[in-house]
Amino acid sequence: MITIIDYGLGNIRAFENVYKRLNISTKVAKNKNELLGAKKIILPGVGAFDHAMTLLNNSGMRETLEELVFGNKIPVIGICVGMQMLAKKSDEGMLDGLGWVDATVKKFKVSELPPNAPLPHMGWNNISPKVGNELMAGLNNESRFYFLHSYYFNAANNETIIASANYGIDFTCAVKSENIYGVQFHPEKSHHNGIQLLKNFGTL
Amino acid sequence: MLLPRVTPCLLVKNKGLVKTVNFKNPKYVGDPINAVKIFNEKEADELTVLDIDATLDNRDPDYKMIENLAFECRMPLCYGGGIKTVEQAIKIFSLGVEKIALSSIVLENPKIVTEIASRVGNQSVVVIMDIKKKLLGNKYEIFTHNATKKTGICPIDFAIEMEKLGAGEIVINSIDNDGQMKGYDINLINRIKKVINIPLTVLGGAGKLEDIKNIFKEFGIIGASSGSLFVFKGKYRAVLINYPSFEEKKLLFTN
Repeated sequence: MITIIDYGLGNIRAFENVYKRLNISTKVAKNKNELLGAKKIILPGVGAFDHAMTLLNNSGMRETLEELVFGNKIPVIGICVGMQMLAKKSDEGMLDGLGWVDATVKKFKVSELPPNAPLPHMGWNNISPKVGNELMAGLNNESRFYFLHSYYFNAANNETIIASANYGIDFTCAVKSENIYGVQFHPEKSHHNGIQLLKNFGTL
Repeated sequence: MLLPRVTPCLLVKNKGLVKTVNFKNPKYVGDPINAVKIFNEKEADELTVLDIDATLDNRDPDYKMIENLAFECRMPLCYGGGIKTVEQAIKIFSLGVEKIALSSIVLENPKIVTEIASRVGNQSVVVIMDIKKKLLGNKYEIFTHNATKKTGICPIDFAIEMEKLGAGEIVINSIDNDGQMKGYDINLINRIKKVINIPLTVLGGAGKLEDIKNIFKEFGIIGASSGSLFVFKGKYRAVLINYPSFEEKKLLFTN
Protein backbone atom coordinates (compact mmCIF):
# COMPACT_ATOMS: atom_id res chain seq x y z
CA MET A 1 0.00 0.00 0.00
CA ILE A 2 1.34 3.39 -1.03
CA THR A 3 0.01 6.52 0.62
CA ILE A 4 -0.14 9.63 -1.56
CA ILE A 5 -0.14 12.87 0.38
CA ASP A 6 -2.85 15.27 -0.77
CA TYR A 7 -2.05 18.71 0.60
CA GLY A 8 -3.61 20.43 -2.41
CA LEU A 9 -0.82 20.16 -5.00
CA GLY A 10 0.23 17.70 -7.65
CA ASN A 11 -1.49 15.27 -9.90
CA ILE A 12 -2.63 12.68 -7.35
CA ARG A 13 -4.84 10.85 -9.84
CA ALA A 14 -2.00 10.29 -12.27
CA PHE A 15 -0.14 8.29 -9.56
CA GLU A 16 -3.29 6.36 -8.68
CA ASN A 17 -3.75 5.47 -12.37
CA VAL A 18 -0.21 4.16 -12.78
CA TYR A 19 -0.39 2.03 -9.63
CA LYS A 20 -3.81 0.71 -10.59
CA ARG A 21 -2.26 -0.58 -13.81
CA LEU A 22 0.55 -2.13 -11.77
CA ASN A 23 -1.89 -3.77 -9.34
CA ILE A 24 -0.29 -1.96 -6.42
CA SER A 25 -2.82 -0.47 -4.03
CA THR A 26 -2.79 3.19 -3.05
CA LYS A 27 -4.60 5.48 -0.67
CA VAL A 28 -4.80 9.25 -0.45
CA ALA A 29 -4.08 11.02 2.85
CA LYS A 30 -5.59 14.46 3.36
CA ASN A 31 -5.04 14.67 7.12
CA LYS A 32 -2.86 13.14 9.81
CA ASN A 33 -5.33 10.40 10.72
CA GLU A 34 -5.33 9.16 7.15
CA LEU A 35 -1.54 9.28 7.17
CA LEU A 36 -1.10 7.18 10.33
CA GLY A 37 0.24 3.69 9.68
CA ALA A 38 1.53 4.51 6.17
CA LYS A 39 4.13 2.07 4.88
CA LYS A 40 5.34 4.05 1.91
CA ILE A 41 4.69 7.66 0.95
CA ILE A 42 4.58 9.79 -2.19
CA LEU A 43 4.92 13.54 -1.70
CA PRO A 44 3.84 15.18 -4.96
CA GLY A 45 4.16 18.87 -5.75
CA VAL A 46 3.87 21.51 -8.44
CA GLY A 47 4.02 25.28 -8.50
CA ALA A 48 5.90 27.73 -6.32
CA PHE A 49 8.13 26.54 -3.43
CA ASP A 50 6.70 28.79 -0.69
CA HIS A 51 3.13 28.03 -1.72
CA ALA A 52 3.87 24.29 -1.51
CA MET A 53 5.64 24.59 1.89
CA THR A 54 2.81 26.73 3.27
CA LEU A 55 0.17 24.22 2.21
CA LEU A 56 2.12 21.29 3.67
CA ASN A 57 2.88 23.12 6.92
CA ASN A 58 -0.80 24.06 7.25
CA SER A 59 -2.06 20.58 6.36
CA GLY A 60 -1.56 19.31 9.91
CA MET A 61 0.33 16.32 8.48
CA ARG A 62 3.94 17.45 8.83
CA GLU A 63 4.59 16.13 12.34
CA THR A 64 3.10 12.71 11.59
CA LEU A 65 4.98 12.62 8.32
CA GLU A 66 8.31 13.28 10.06
CA GLU A 67 7.58 10.60 12.66
CA LEU A 68 6.97 8.09 9.87
CA VAL A 69 10.06 9.13 7.91
CA PHE A 70 12.53 9.41 10.81
CA GLY A 71 10.94 7.16 13.44
CA ASN A 72 9.58 4.31 11.35
CA LYS A 73 12.07 4.95 8.50
CA ILE A 74 9.47 4.20 5.84
CA PRO A 75 10.39 4.95 2.20
CA VAL A 76 9.22 8.36 0.98
CA ILE A 77 9.60 9.94 -2.44
CA GLY A 78 9.21 13.64 -3.30
CA ILE A 79 8.18 14.41 -6.88
CA CYS A 80 9.10 17.66 -8.72
CA VAL A 81 8.52 20.45 -6.17
CA GLY A 82 8.00 17.60 -3.70
CA MET A 83 11.69 16.76 -4.25
CA GLN A 84 12.72 20.41 -3.91
CA MET A 85 10.88 20.58 -0.59
CA LEU A 86 13.27 17.93 0.79
CA ALA A 87 16.07 20.54 0.62
CA LYS A 88 16.98 23.08 3.28
CA LYS A 89 16.00 26.11 1.23
CA SER A 90 15.25 27.35 -2.26
CA ASP A 91 16.23 30.38 -4.32
CA GLU A 92 12.57 30.55 -5.26
CA GLY A 93 11.21 31.28 -1.81
CA MET A 94 11.79 32.66 1.67
CA LEU A 95 10.46 29.71 3.67
CA ASP A 96 12.60 26.85 4.96
CA GLY A 97 12.31 23.53 3.18
CA LEU A 98 11.80 20.28 5.07
CA GLY A 99 15.59 19.94 5.32
CA TRP A 100 15.48 16.14 5.13
CA VAL A 101 18.30 16.07 2.56
CA ASP A 102 21.44 18.21 2.68
CA ALA A 103 20.76 20.32 -0.40
CA THR A 104 19.61 23.70 -1.67
CA VAL A 105 17.45 24.56 -4.66
CA LYS A 106 18.94 26.90 -7.26
CA LYS A 107 17.57 28.77 -10.25
CA PHE A 108 18.96 27.89 -13.67
CA LYS A 109 21.14 30.74 -14.91
CA VAL A 110 20.29 31.81 -18.46
CA SER A 111 24.05 32.21 -19.12
CA GLU A 112 24.62 28.52 -18.30
CA LEU A 113 21.86 27.15 -20.53
CA PRO A 114 22.52 25.85 -24.04
CA PRO A 115 22.32 28.63 -26.70
CA ASN A 116 18.74 29.84 -27.34
CA ALA A 117 17.41 27.34 -24.80
CA PRO A 118 14.18 28.41 -23.14
CA LEU A 119 13.36 28.46 -19.43
CA PRO A 120 11.49 26.62 -17.81
CA HIS A 121 13.36 23.40 -18.63
CA MET A 122 10.32 21.75 -20.19
CA GLY A 123 10.01 18.54 -22.16
CA TRP A 124 11.70 15.16 -22.45
CA ASN A 125 15.28 14.77 -21.30
CA ASN A 126 17.41 11.69 -20.70
CA ILE A 127 18.92 10.98 -17.30
CA SER A 128 22.19 9.41 -16.13
CA PRO A 129 21.19 6.97 -13.39
CA LYS A 130 23.59 5.51 -10.83
CA VAL A 131 24.18 1.87 -11.64
CA GLY A 132 22.91 -0.51 -8.99
CA ASN A 133 20.51 1.88 -7.31
CA GLU A 134 17.21 0.18 -6.51
CA LEU A 135 15.01 3.11 -7.65
CA MET A 136 16.85 3.23 -10.99
CA ALA A 137 16.57 -0.49 -11.76
CA GLY A 138 15.82 -1.08 -15.45
CA LEU A 139 16.72 2.50 -16.42
CA ASN A 140 19.79 3.67 -18.32
CA ASN A 141 21.38 6.73 -19.97
CA GLU A 142 18.81 6.57 -22.77
CA SER A 143 15.84 6.67 -20.42
CA ARG A 144 13.83 9.84 -20.99
CA PHE A 145 11.55 11.56 -18.52
CA TYR A 146 9.22 14.57 -18.65
CA PHE A 147 10.57 17.66 -16.89
CA LEU A 148 8.82 20.96 -16.12
CA HIS A 149 10.79 23.28 -13.82
CA SER A 150 12.92 26.44 -13.56
CA TYR A 151 14.76 25.58 -10.34
CA TYR A 152 16.98 22.57 -9.74
CA PHE A 153 18.06 20.48 -6.77
CA ASN A 154 21.68 20.95 -5.77
CA ALA A 155 22.76 18.10 -3.48
CA ALA A 156 25.57 18.99 -1.05
CA ASN A 157 26.74 15.40 -0.87
CA ASN A 158 27.54 13.63 -4.17
CA GLU A 159 26.84 10.26 -2.62
CA THR A 160 23.14 11.14 -2.37
CA ILE A 161 22.85 11.70 -6.14
CA ILE A 162 21.25 8.69 -7.83
CA ALA A 163 20.64 10.33 -11.22
CA SER A 164 21.63 13.52 -12.96
CA ALA A 165 20.39 15.27 -16.09
CA ASN A 166 21.91 17.98 -18.24
CA TYR A 167 20.43 21.30 -19.29
CA GLY A 168 23.56 23.31 -19.99
CA ILE A 169 24.78 22.19 -16.58
CA ASP A 170 24.51 18.80 -14.88
CA PHE A 171 21.96 18.84 -12.08
CA THR A 172 20.62 16.32 -9.59
CA CYS A 173 17.40 14.87 -10.96
CA ALA A 174 17.13 12.02 -8.46
CA VAL A 175 18.36 11.83 -4.89
CA LYS A 176 18.50 9.26 -2.11
CA SER A 177 19.36 9.81 1.53
CA GLU A 178 18.66 6.63 3.50
CA ASN A 179 14.89 6.01 3.16
CA ILE A 180 14.24 9.39 1.53
CA TYR A 181 14.04 9.67 -2.25
CA GLY A 182 13.28 12.52 -4.62
CA VAL A 183 12.93 12.95 -8.39
CA GLN A 184 12.71 16.24 -10.27
CA PHE A 185 10.91 14.84 -13.32
CA HIS A 186 7.33 13.57 -13.50
CA PRO A 187 7.36 9.75 -13.51
CA GLU A 188 3.55 9.76 -13.46
CA LYS A 189 3.60 11.34 -16.94
CA SER A 190 6.70 9.71 -18.41
CA HIS A 191 5.22 6.67 -20.18
CA HIS A 192 7.07 3.34 -19.74
CA ASN A 193 10.13 4.76 -17.95
CA GLY A 194 7.94 6.51 -15.41
CA ILE A 195 5.95 3.35 -14.84
CA GLN A 196 9.22 1.45 -14.32
CA LEU A 197 10.43 3.96 -11.72
CA LEU A 198 7.11 3.99 -9.85
CA LYS A 199 7.10 0.20 -9.92
CA ASN A 200 10.63 0.22 -8.48
CA PHE A 201 9.45 2.48 -5.66
CA GLY A 202 6.32 0.38 -5.15
CA THR A 203 8.34 -2.82 -4.74
CA LEU A 204 11.14 -1.45 -2.50
CA MET B 1 19.84 16.37 -23.92
CA LEU B 2 16.49 18.09 -23.91
CA LEU B 3 14.56 17.09 -27.02
CA PRO B 4 12.21 19.26 -29.05
CA ARG B 5 8.59 18.17 -28.59
CA VAL B 6 6.16 16.61 -31.06
CA THR B 7 2.67 17.21 -29.73
CA PRO B 8 -0.75 16.32 -31.11
CA CYS B 9 -3.41 19.01 -30.70
CA LEU B 10 -7.00 17.80 -30.61
CA LEU B 11 -10.05 20.00 -31.15
CA VAL B 12 -13.30 19.17 -29.40
CA LYS B 13 -16.76 20.27 -30.56
CA ASN B 14 -20.06 18.87 -29.22
CA LYS B 15 -18.02 16.27 -27.30
CA GLY B 16 -16.58 14.88 -30.54
CA LEU B 17 -13.17 15.30 -32.05
CA VAL B 18 -13.04 17.58 -35.11
CA LYS B 19 -10.46 19.01 -37.46
CA THR B 20 -10.84 22.37 -39.13
CA VAL B 21 -9.35 24.14 -42.16
CA ASN B 22 -8.54 27.81 -41.52
CA PHE B 23 -10.61 27.44 -38.33
CA LYS B 24 -13.69 26.58 -40.46
CA ASN B 25 -15.59 23.49 -41.67
CA PRO B 26 -15.02 21.24 -38.66
CA LYS B 27 -14.89 17.63 -39.82
CA TYR B 28 -15.74 14.90 -37.32
CA VAL B 29 -12.74 12.65 -36.83
CA GLY B 30 -13.64 10.50 -33.84
CA ASP B 31 -13.95 10.12 -30.12
CA PRO B 32 -11.56 12.10 -27.85
CA ILE B 33 -11.02 9.31 -25.29
CA ASN B 34 -10.24 6.81 -28.00
CA ALA B 35 -7.67 9.22 -29.45
CA VAL B 36 -6.05 9.68 -26.04
CA LYS B 37 -5.75 5.90 -25.69
CA ILE B 38 -3.99 5.68 -29.04
CA PHE B 39 -1.59 8.50 -28.17
CA ASN B 40 -0.84 6.72 -24.85
CA GLU B 41 0.17 3.61 -26.76
CA LYS B 42 2.26 5.66 -29.19
CA GLU B 43 3.92 7.45 -26.23
CA ALA B 44 3.25 10.97 -27.51
CA ASP B 45 5.35 13.72 -25.91
CA GLU B 46 2.38 15.77 -24.71
CA LEU B 47 -1.23 16.26 -25.65
CA THR B 48 -3.22 19.46 -26.10
CA VAL B 49 -7.00 19.40 -26.12
CA LEU B 50 -8.89 22.55 -27.09
CA ASP B 51 -12.65 22.93 -26.69
CA ILE B 52 -13.41 25.23 -29.61
CA ASP B 53 -17.06 25.88 -28.65
CA ALA B 54 -16.69 26.95 -25.04
CA THR B 55 -15.76 30.61 -25.58
CA LEU B 56 -18.07 31.00 -28.57
CA ASP B 57 -21.02 29.61 -26.60
CA ASN B 58 -19.93 31.65 -23.58
CA ARG B 59 -20.14 28.59 -21.33
CA ASP B 60 -18.01 26.99 -18.65
CA PRO B 61 -15.39 24.39 -19.57
CA ASP B 62 -16.86 20.86 -19.67
CA TYR B 63 -15.34 19.64 -16.39
CA LYS B 64 -16.65 16.10 -16.75
CA MET B 65 -15.02 15.74 -20.15
CA ILE B 66 -11.74 17.21 -18.85
CA GLU B 67 -11.77 14.83 -15.90
CA ASN B 68 -12.32 11.85 -18.20
CA LEU B 69 -9.52 12.95 -20.51
CA ALA B 70 -7.10 13.56 -17.63
CA PHE B 71 -7.93 10.18 -16.12
CA GLU B 72 -7.10 8.40 -19.37
CA CYS B 73 -4.08 10.49 -20.39
CA ARG B 74 -0.66 9.03 -19.49
CA MET B 75 1.31 11.96 -20.94
CA PRO B 76 1.28 15.61 -19.92
CA LEU B 77 -2.07 17.16 -20.81
CA CYS B 78 -2.79 20.76 -21.70
CA TYR B 79 -6.43 21.88 -21.74
CA GLY B 80 -7.79 25.05 -23.33
CA GLY B 81 -11.21 26.49 -24.05
CA GLY B 82 -13.55 28.78 -22.15
CA ILE B 83 -11.31 29.49 -19.12
CA LYS B 84 -12.24 32.93 -17.79
CA THR B 85 -11.42 32.93 -14.08
CA VAL B 86 -8.72 31.89 -11.63
CA GLU B 87 -11.24 29.59 -9.92
CA GLN B 88 -11.97 27.75 -13.15
CA ALA B 89 -8.24 27.33 -13.77
CA ILE B 90 -7.66 25.87 -10.30
CA LYS B 91 -10.62 23.54 -10.66
CA ILE B 92 -9.21 22.25 -13.95
CA PHE B 93 -5.83 21.57 -12.33
CA SER B 94 -7.53 19.62 -9.57
CA LEU B 95 -8.94 17.30 -12.25
CA GLY B 96 -5.42 16.17 -13.15
CA VAL B 97 -4.36 18.49 -15.97
CA GLU B 98 -0.70 19.63 -16.15
CA LYS B 99 -1.15 22.85 -18.10
CA ILE B 100 -3.96 25.19 -18.98
CA ALA B 101 -4.14 27.19 -22.19
CA LEU B 102 -5.57 30.70 -22.11
CA SER B 103 -6.61 32.57 -25.21
CA SER B 104 -9.48 35.07 -25.50
CA ILE B 105 -9.50 35.93 -21.79
CA VAL B 106 -5.89 37.12 -21.80
CA LEU B 107 -6.73 39.63 -24.54
CA GLU B 108 -9.54 41.06 -22.41
CA ASN B 109 -7.63 40.83 -19.13
CA PRO B 110 -3.87 40.23 -19.60
CA LYS B 111 -3.20 40.32 -15.83
CA ILE B 112 -5.13 37.10 -15.29
CA VAL B 113 -1.94 35.34 -16.41
CA THR B 114 -0.15 36.67 -13.33
CA GLU B 115 -3.03 35.74 -11.04
CA ILE B 116 -3.26 32.17 -12.31
CA ALA B 117 0.54 31.72 -12.38
CA SER B 118 0.82 32.82 -8.75
CA ARG B 119 -1.51 29.97 -7.77
CA VAL B 120 -0.36 27.15 -10.02
CA GLY B 121 3.16 28.18 -11.05
CA ASN B 122 4.30 29.91 -14.23
CA GLN B 123 5.31 26.64 -15.87
CA SER B 124 1.69 25.52 -16.11
CA VAL B 125 0.23 28.62 -17.76
CA VAL B 126 0.18 28.50 -21.56
CA VAL B 127 -0.95 31.38 -23.75
CA ILE B 128 -2.30 30.49 -27.20
CA MET B 129 -2.41 33.21 -29.82
CA ASP B 130 -4.63 32.61 -32.88
CA ILE B 131 -2.83 34.64 -35.53
CA LYS B 132 -3.71 35.85 -39.01
CA LYS B 133 -1.46 37.62 -41.50
CA LYS B 134 -2.62 41.08 -42.48
CA LEU B 135 -3.33 41.71 -46.13
CA LEU B 136 -0.80 44.50 -46.40
CA GLY B 137 2.75 44.61 -45.10
CA ASN B 138 4.57 41.89 -43.20
CA LYS B 139 2.21 42.25 -40.24
CA TYR B 140 0.15 39.90 -38.11
CA GLU B 141 -2.89 40.24 -35.87
CA ILE B 142 -4.40 38.14 -33.06
CA PHE B 143 -7.98 36.93 -33.49
CA THR B 144 -10.32 35.26 -30.98
CA HIS B 145 -13.66 33.37 -31.00
CA ASN B 146 -12.54 30.83 -33.62
CA ALA B 147 -11.00 33.51 -35.82
CA THR B 148 -14.21 35.53 -36.07
CA LYS B 149 -13.19 38.44 -33.85
CA LYS B 150 -10.34 40.84 -34.65
CA THR B 151 -8.39 42.28 -31.75
CA GLY B 152 -6.03 44.70 -33.51
CA ILE B 153 -3.25 43.34 -31.29
CA CYS B 154 0.19 42.46 -32.66
CA PRO B 155 1.23 38.93 -31.58
CA ILE B 156 4.93 39.84 -31.34
CA ASP B 157 4.31 42.62 -28.80
CA PHE B 158 1.72 40.49 -27.03
CA ALA B 159 4.10 37.53 -26.64
CA ILE B 160 6.64 39.81 -24.92
CA GLU B 161 3.94 41.14 -22.59
CA MET B 162 2.72 37.62 -21.76
CA GLU B 163 6.24 36.51 -20.80
CA LYS B 164 6.58 39.57 -18.55
CA LEU B 165 3.25 38.82 -16.89
CA GLY B 166 4.31 35.27 -16.06
CA ALA B 167 3.24 32.93 -18.87
CA GLY B 168 5.29 29.73 -18.95
CA GLU B 169 4.81 28.90 -22.61
CA ILE B 170 3.53 30.55 -25.79
CA VAL B 171 1.66 28.71 -28.53
CA ILE B 172 1.49 30.26 -31.99
CA ASN B 173 -1.62 29.04 -33.80
CA SER B 174 -1.66 30.14 -37.45
CA ILE B 175 -5.19 30.67 -38.75
CA ASP B 176 -3.91 30.98 -42.33
CA ASN B 177 -2.07 27.66 -42.22
CA ASP B 178 -4.58 25.68 -40.12
CA GLY B 179 -5.52 22.44 -41.86
CA GLN B 180 -3.62 23.37 -45.03
CA MET B 181 -0.92 20.76 -44.34
CA LYS B 182 1.63 22.77 -46.34
CA GLY B 183 4.09 23.57 -43.57
CA TYR B 184 4.40 26.06 -40.71
CA ASP B 185 4.63 29.85 -41.09
CA ILE B 186 8.41 30.09 -40.55
CA ASN B 187 8.47 33.88 -40.81
CA LEU B 188 5.90 34.25 -38.03
CA ILE B 189 7.67 31.73 -35.78
CA ASN B 190 11.00 33.42 -36.31
CA ARG B 191 9.65 36.83 -35.33
CA ILE B 192 8.18 35.54 -32.07
CA LYS B 193 10.92 33.04 -31.16
CA LYS B 194 13.58 35.73 -31.11
CA VAL B 195 11.72 38.03 -28.70
CA ILE B 196 10.85 35.50 -25.95
CA ASN B 197 12.84 33.25 -23.60
CA ILE B 198 10.05 30.93 -22.45
CA PRO B 199 9.21 27.72 -24.35
CA LEU B 200 7.46 28.15 -27.68
CA THR B 201 5.13 25.71 -29.41
CA VAL B 202 3.95 26.15 -32.96
CA LEU B 203 0.66 24.95 -34.41
CA GLY B 204 -0.91 25.26 -37.83
CA GLY B 205 0.27 23.85 -41.14
CA ALA B 206 2.17 20.62 -40.57
CA GLY B 207 1.32 18.11 -43.29
CA LYS B 208 4.29 15.78 -43.11
CA LEU B 209 7.05 14.92 -40.63
CA GLU B 210 9.49 16.84 -42.84
CA ASP B 211 7.66 20.07 -41.86
CA ILE B 212 8.46 19.30 -38.21
CA LYS B 213 12.05 18.46 -39.04
CA ASN B 214 12.41 21.86 -40.73
CA ILE B 215 11.17 23.61 -37.60
CA PHE B 216 13.59 21.70 -35.35
CA LYS B 217 16.47 22.44 -37.72
CA GLU B 218 15.65 26.14 -37.77
CA PHE B 219 14.71 26.71 -34.13
CA GLY B 220 16.25 23.93 -31.99
CA ILE B 221 14.33 23.45 -28.74
CA ILE B 222 10.74 24.11 -29.73
CA GLY B 223 7.41 22.30 -29.64
CA ALA B 224 5.95 21.24 -32.98
CA SER B 225 2.23 20.70 -32.65
CA SER B 226 -0.30 19.55 -35.20
CA GLY B 227 -3.86 18.39 -35.58
CA SER B 228 -4.20 17.28 -39.20
CA LEU B 229 -0.88 15.44 -39.38
CA PHE B 230 -1.84 13.17 -36.47
CA VAL B 231 -5.50 12.55 -37.39
CA PHE B 232 -5.31 12.20 -41.18
CA LYS B 233 -3.36 9.85 -43.40
CA GLY B 234 -2.63 10.17 -47.12
CA LYS B 235 -3.65 12.75 -49.69
CA TYR B 236 -7.37 11.94 -49.40
CA ARG B 237 -7.20 12.78 -45.70
CA ALA B 238 -8.54 9.47 -44.46
CA VAL B 239 -9.11 9.63 -40.71
CA LEU B 240 -6.40 7.67 -38.95
CA ILE B 241 -4.97 8.63 -35.57
CA ASN B 242 -1.19 8.31 -35.92
CA TYR B 243 2.04 9.45 -34.27
CA PRO B 244 5.71 8.77 -35.10
CA SER B 245 7.66 6.13 -33.19
CA PHE B 246 10.71 7.24 -31.22
CA GLU B 247 12.94 5.91 -34.02
CA GLU B 248 11.05 8.09 -36.51
CA LYS B 249 11.24 11.08 -34.17
CA LYS B 250 14.99 10.63 -33.79
CA LEU B 251 15.34 11.31 -37.52
CA LEU B 252 13.60 14.64 -36.98
CA PHE B 253 16.13 15.71 -34.35
CA THR B 254 19.21 15.09 -36.47
CA ASN B 255 19.96 17.70 -39.08
